[in-house]
Amino acid sequence: MELLLSIILGLMILGAIYALFARDLMSALISCGIVGYGLVICFLLLQAPDLAIVQIVVETITLLIMIAVVLDSSREELKEKKAAEVKLSHFRKWYVMNVILIIVCLVVLLYFFKEVTSTLDPLGKHLTRMSTAYIEYAAEKTGSANLVTGVLFDFRGYDTLGEATILFTAVIGVLTILRVKGKK
Amino acid sequence: MIGMTLILKKINQLIVGLIFLYGIYIITHGHLTPGGCFAVGAVIAGAFFLLVLAYGSDILKLRKREEGSSVAESTGIFIFLVLAFTALIIVTRIFFTNYLPKGITGELISSGVIPLYNIAVGIEVAAALFNTFLALYL
Amino acid sequence: MTTYLLCFVLFLVGLFGVLTKRNIIKIAIGLIIMELSLFMFFALIGYVDNGIAPIIVEKTENTKFVDPLPQAIVLTAIVIGLATTAMLMAIAIRLYKKYNTFDIRKIANLKG
Repeated sequence: MELLLSIILGLMILGAIYALFARDLMSALISCGIVGYGLVICFLLLQAPDLAIVQIVVETITLLIMIAVVLDSSREELKEKKAAEVKLSHFRKWYVMNVILIIVCLVVLLYFFKEVTSTLDPLGKHLTRMSTAYIEYAAEKTGSANLVTGVLFDFRGYDTLGEATILFTAVIGVLTILRVKGKK
Repeated sequence: MIGMTLILKKINQLIVGLIFLYGIYIITHGHLTPGGCFAVGAVIAGAFFLLVLAYGSDILKLRKREEGSSVAESTGIFIFLVLAFTALIIVTRIFFTNYLPKGITGELISSGVIPLYNIAVGIEVAAALFNTFLALYL
Repeated sequence: MTTYLLCFVLFLVGLFGVLTKRNIIKIAIGLIIMELSLFMFFALIGYVDNGIAPIIVEKTENTKFVDPLPQAIVLTAIVIGLATTAMLMAIAIRLYKKYNTFDIRKIANLKG
């Protein structure tokens, strides 16, 4: 199980790296889709069908929205040769400093990662007290056979209310930014 | 936006109805099977995307470009708030209480208010996604 | 523990993109990758060995369910991520119409 998940995660990392370094913006977007659709397979392996359904549709809609932006533009990441040369000499000047900074940052981040995950149990052994209570009582207290829906609308109703508010606000923001007629 | 060729239009006529029906199926069974409000919103919004992409934007006959879906979005969140405040004001004096009878777990009509919440949030998500799509593409 | 570490590496790849890229679309891709790695981490936390999806089909004893709480949280987070991405793309369209480029170094002047 863990080996399978690791292989899929490795593929996702490769897709993410290619998405960041691709020249053409359209191929960058499509290889960003590798990460999203790989996540769908991981959700199915981790026994989360709700998440898999939502993620596979949302990933497609995200691609649609981003392609709408890229289609109007020149589709190429900007290439400036002069600026790159200037950048390179600058980089050589501060070479040792840069390497030291990168190593320090990586060490600090890995230290915090180790601190955070030291309290977690290994994969597959973890179940909090809260969750056992949810699993035990959710069916009889909410009457819902799908426990995720029960948690979402009954125990954690305020979460859903906040989500609906954020979605509403974001759509109002999009309409405000993209309106055709401004006030003159 | 202008439409696409005849082949895509004809295939769309066959597919869009099925996708919409699938959305309605998983919204009514949202408390029994995997799915629920967010999945339903995305699926129904996807059906409308297909329709607009194949037929062009004239098929909706909107006077302004985002009118209908804005009304639907506001209606969804309004139903959600009305259901939540009914519990506060009329029934139990507690916000977000499940005040309808629970029924038997596993039947279609059960679990009180949860299916109604599901439908309200589903309408809201679908209309919100379709609204952003219209704003970005038209 | 390997899967947690790989999730963290995926997060670092997204962070690298956000910090070093100068194209708005690339920055958005970096943000999306960071989001997806967090969703993966939450789903990993909720997994239980030999557990089944948290849907009650029949009342039987000795069935282990996967933790439903991280799934409910990730479910809302996915849709919020889509909304924020749409908002970012709207801003990118406006900036492209005004400055005719996606480069953030050329968008830097704030006059007007």
